[in-house]
Amino acid sequence: MKKTLNLVLAGIASIGLAFSACAEDHITLASTTSTENSGLFASILPKFEDSTGIEVRVVAVGTGQAFEIARRGDADSLLVHDTAGEKRFVENGFATERANVMYNDFVLIGPADDPANIGAATNAAEAFAAIAEAEAPFASRGDDSGTNRAELRLWKNAGVEPDGEWYRELGSGMGPTLNTAAAMDAYVMSDRATWVAFGNRQNLKLLFEGDKVLFNQYGSLLLSQEKHPHLKHELAKKWHDWLLSDDGQQAIADFKVDGQQLFFPNAQ
Amino acid sequence: MTSFQVPRLASSILSPPALCFDDVMFSKGNEVLLGPCSFTLEGLGPTLVMGPNGAGKSLLLRLAHGLLVPTRGQVTWSGEHCPRQAMVFQHPVLLRRSATANLTHALAVNNVPRKMRTKLAHDALERFGLTARSNTPARVLSGGEQQRLALARAWVLSPQVLFLDEPTAALDPAAIKAVEAAVREFHQRGTRIVMTTHDLHQARRLAADVLFLSGGILREHTPSETFFDKPVSREAQAYIAGELVE
Amino acid sequence: MENNAFYVALSLLVNFDASLFGIVALSLQVSLLAVLIAAVLGFPLGAAVALWRFPGRGGMIVVLNALMGLPPVVAGLMVYLLLSRAGPLGEWGLLFTPGAMVIAQVVLVLPILAALSRQKVEDLLGEYREQFVSLGMSRSRMMPTLLWDARFALLTVLLAGFGRASAEVGAVMMVGGNIEGVTRVMTTSIVLETGKGNLPLALGLGIVLLGLVMLINAGAYLVGELTRRRVG
Repeated sequence: MKKTLNLVLAGIASIGLAFSACAEDHITLASTTSTENSGLFASILPKFEDSTGIEVRVVAVGTGQAFEIARRGDADSLLVHDTAGEKRFVENGFATERANVMYNDFVLIGPADDPANIGAATNAAEAFAAIAEAEAPFASRGDDSGTNRAELRLWKNAGVEPDGEWYRELGSGMGPTLNTAAAMDAYVMSDRATWVAFGNRQNLKLLFEGDKVLFNQYGSLLLSQEKHPHLKHELAKKWHDWLLSDDGQQAIADFKVDGQQLFFPNAQ
Repeated sequence: MTSFQVPRLASSILSPPALCFDDVMFSKGNEVLLGPCSFTLEGLGPTLVMGPNGAGKSLLLRLAHGLLVPTRGQVTWSGEHCPRQAMVFQHPVLLRRSATANLTHALAVNNVPRKMRTKLAHDALERFGLTARSNTPARVLSGGEQQRLALARAWVLSPQVLFLDEPTAALDPAAIKAVEAAVREFHQRGTRIVMTTHDLHQARRLAADVLFLSGGILREHTPSETFFDKPVSREAQAYIAGELVE
Repeated sequence: MENNAFYVALSLLVNFDASLFGIVALSLQVSLLAVLIAAVLGFPLGAAVALWRFPGRGGMIVVLNALMGLPPVVAGLMVYLLLSRAGPLGEWGLLFTPGAMVIAQVVLVLPILAALSRQKVEDLLGEYREQFVSLGMSRSRMMPTLLWDARFALLTVLLAGFGRASAEVGAVMMVGGNIEGVTRVMTTSIVLETGKGNLPLALGLGIVLLGLVMLINAGAYLVGELTRRRVG
């Protein structure tokens, strides 16, 4: 009996050790699913780790939730794509600095036979209006993410109030939304990175791209030392600076899927 | 229950505690199941509690042992302390462990030092012919062996009073013989025996005195010679004559 | 061929993928530790509710039974708010660590172990009660005896708890953050791969998880049967 107890205790102790044996120098980064799912982090983080010895632990969630995590002081750093929201975050004192890091773009995906004929549109507003006109099924993230916010801006831009049977708010991440769109042959707006890396396209095809308004800017934020003194501000600053440095920008440019560059560095 | 003492024969020399039922009644809802009845059990017995099914024999035993609390009246023991007691049930309740572990558990519960438990358990198993079964799970023993194990468990506790509730009702003749032999051994050790049975022959073989119940009422309490030869109550007369008594 | 989930599952195992191994090991550690902690707390709690009569006991049983159906996301959210820096236990710095995942799973599993063990112990107590009183046992002395004698039933209860812990994703996703190499477990990997549209890989991981859970259940069943045969 005593022996068993000792074994159990030893087991617990070893598990506890395993949990705490992770690297000392690490920061938690709240970021978006698009950067994680596309494989960008898997490509650039080892380079950062090699040069600084700092491990970056990515919690990939929607932009809205990422802001919330940072607001509560549960992440050391923030990398998202909602420029307006980011600026508000700085104004409200939760972050001290915001910088452009890179951009990619949104693309419009839809069933290969393109019933709304958005392939013929000359700009994004036309494409969105065509979908609404045809009342073709459209799958929206509906989760207050950066992509969702951008999509709503684009409907407004097209002068359409998206409403009705054809407009489906899913309340899901980008990947699940693409899965659903594939299953119901719907149009969907995705960031290019997630789309290129997406493996379950079925009948879906990229139908419209290239308009400037589809531009998707990513920004890195330095969080407020005042609000959250316990955070690893020093390490987070190293990460922020590295992203903006030549090395970091080059690493972003070097990330390719199927020979295609997905993120374009644009730090000033 | 008082602290444990190693069994010793000396207890037979001391006068055994007397059990006193004073106007005891037990009812459930509005239905009176037993009593009111008053009697005193002195000496070593064995006292056999007899009567037809549903007469209240088991109830009386459980009230005496303290498993049930009387609705009215009092159950008391002579002497300063409640005597050490044990009970053997018709269907022995054995733990899902080995025969030995069943005994050591009972000893542990009664604060017997760990070192003594195994020795006491093995002695008891030997006394009741269960040595070969000491490592056998109690639940896979035969009915007779299970009842002997229950008796052995009572034995290791060296009770001053032992209650047995129809201990042989479900057993074959050989097993009945073993149980009766065990009861005599308890008696010889000076343990006061109170036992229910509906087997007249068994009662003749074992009883010193008889409590006879029918319909929840104590009909008579007489020495066994009186009870079997010229019972006082009409109900007992009918019972011994083999008539159907309610 | 590589679109077949079984093929993917098999090649994951055959190639002994290092990151998969880490994920499996973490899944097991988190869930087993959670079940162990929940058992240490839940079994005595269940037995106590079975043994003692106290005001509010009925309500407590209803609450325990109802909490067996606590949605994992709700448990995750509660633990998240508790462990968040802005929360009461923020000082511990446990959010987005395996420790947080263990806590969330304990919250999920504890009601199952307590409610089911209460039922099992109460059934056994019905059988043993008179003998226990006859032996002069106090309620607190009855507890370990009942828990030990109910061990085979409790083993099944333990497996039910482990099943819940290893299968849930909502709570660990929320408090663990699905961080690669740190808090990524089987279920969150499956969600991630599904999100990427890697359905065969997601299903392959699901098959590996299922196989693992079956292996553990088979082991527990075997141990249970062997001892049951020995002890009766």
